[in-house]
Amino acid sequence: MAIEVRNVSKRFDDFVALEDVSITVGDGALTALLGPSGSGKSTLLRIIAGLETPDSGEVVIGGEDVTHAPARMRGVGFVFQHYAPFKHMTVHDNVAFGLSVRKRPKDEINERVKELLALVRLEGLAGRYPSQLSGGQLQRMALARALAVQPKVLLLDEPFGALDAQVRAELREWLRRLHEEIHVTTIFVTHDQEEAMDVAEQIVVMNAGRIEQAGTPRELYESPSNEFVMSFIGPVNRLGDAFLRPHDIQILPDSDSTGTEALVERVVHLGFEVRVELKLHDGRDVWAQVTRENAQQLELREGQILSVRLPAPRVFTP
Amino acid sequence: MGLPPAPTGRLSERGPAPDAAAARAKAARTRRLGMRTIALGYLALLLLAPVVMIFYRTFEHGIGPVWSTVTTPNAQHAFWLSLEIVAIAVPLNTVFGIGMALLLERGRFWGKALLGMLIDLPFAISPVVVGLSLVLVYGNTGWLGDWLAEHGIQVIFSLPGMVIATAVVSLPFVVRETMPVLRELGIDAEQAAETLGASAWQTFRRVTLPGIRWGVVYGVVLTTARALGEFGAVSIVSGRIEGQTQTLPLYVQARYENFDPTGAYTAAVVLALLALGTLLAMNLLARRTRRRIPV
Repeated sequence: MAIEVRNVSKRFDDFVALEDVSITVGDGALTALLGPSGSGKSTLLRIIAGLETPDSGEVVIGGEDVTHAPARMRGVGFVFQHYAPFKHMTVHDNVAFGLSVRKRPKDEINERVKELLALVRLEGLAGRYPSQLSGGQLQRMALARALAVQPKVLLLDEPFGALDAQVRAELREWLRRLHEEIHVTTIFVTHDQEEAMDVAEQIVVMNAGRIEQAGTPRELYESPSNEFVMSFIGPVNRLGDAFLRPHDIQILPDSDSTGTEALVERVVHLGFEVRVELKLHDGRDVWAQVTRENAQQLELREGQILSVRLPAPRVFTP
Repeated sequence: MGLPPAPTGRLSERGPAPDAAAARAKAARTRRLGMRTIALGYLALLLLAPVVMIFYRTFEHGIGPVWSTVTTPNAQHAFWLSLEIVAIAVPLNTVFGIGMALLLERGRFWGKALLGMLIDLPFAISPVVVGLSLVLVYGNTGWLGDWLAEHGIQVIFSLPGMVIATAVVSLPFVVRETMPVLRELGIDAEQAAETLGASAWQTFRRVTLPGIRWGVVYGVVLTTARALGEFGAVSIVSGRIEGQTQTLPLYVQARYENFDPTGAYTAAVVLALLALGTLLAMNLLARRTRRRIPV
């Protein structure tokens, strides 16, 4: 179901967590709330879930105003950053919790739990306790638990934050596929732009309690509406008021001297990508991103003087 | 999602030279032994020797005198009265203690710090003073005395007063033992239960309470031990009427003062066994559950 947040504000004592925030998430969409810590993204997620009350504004889920409805009446599935497992219950009982508080018949519960554990690939672990699971398994258990009550929307708070890099990448891929399978409207919070770009269909960029821009990953990357979005999403060179993407800086072959003169200060090989740190003739530092192949052709080495073509820089007027 | 295999190298083989290591290990052993001797000696002098002496003196002249003491009506009455008081005061303090711990740990209200201090007051005030102050409120000439008399309720010199006195002196245990586990539990799991559709009561029953149960159980054990042994406050409010308002500790003192040491020792042993039983029951319960749920 679609989610609409209208003009929501929230403060904690003196700290303004959210200021006049509005977002719309379409039915079945997979959306990321992206921003640095303290930007208000988790608070916004908790307000949608009903775990915090906004000072003003409205939350509408599936056309119904739920601003004043308690969390348990909202039909949201919430996955907490540290999974919030019920430590004294087995995996089976954790997943069954939502159904058992609704007093569903035992057979139905057992069947549903079995289905869900298969969905999150924890079939063999139904009898284990949370302390016997790895981070990735806990994460999937928390997800199954949230999905058990067939929520109208699924909310995940930094779902991959506490996992190591490899597990993270796998779960990312898996969450995206799961979403394709069950198609429940999903919002997840992250501070990692790569994660947001990788998983989400739509990204809402937040900063200091406000929304900077919302759009598809490509829209945000290609036409950021302000400085913050430009520098938060993707790598960036800053020259005074102007911004350039490192891969837009073109290093010219020796024969071509039509560009700006630059000194190669450092060449860093990062696999497919090569990072070239340059000092321009006017003393400004920039770095360029070239492919490994390109770097080989140009025979880049430190101390070399060459010529580069700078793209038309982007300037944002506040 | 396979984990890399654990390193299997035997680190001990690469330790320092054997002689130096052996000498260091020996010194550490001596140090540990010394510490243990001091700790055990202290315990023996302060706790073990007196308890052993009581047991010894009780059975000094065989089981006969012990049996005749245990079967006197006054002793029987004191025993059952003590259990009755515990059976009322401990559940009262458990419910109150959990509620108060939740309030102090989760609530946000003005005067919370003050309330937290107030809870500890029974630890700071002498039980005798607690007893006297209860008489001042509930006694015949006390603040509520007239009202209570009008309604035919007798508090002082009867069971209600003794229950109240016992509850007051053992008030802080459950609160103080529950608060830290409540803090450690955090609110995430409770909020998770809420988003899954659990009502406040269901969340408390199925998530909060199981999460804090060891704190509560420990608090209950301490409360029980304290309530069983309470002397000062109960001594004042009970009037110490033999066969009527005489609890087991009061009985011990009365026997002792009446030159009946065997009676006093016997009752003391019964008290000690009751306390020991409570501790043992908790330990067994804890061990059984821990084996079931790895934490």
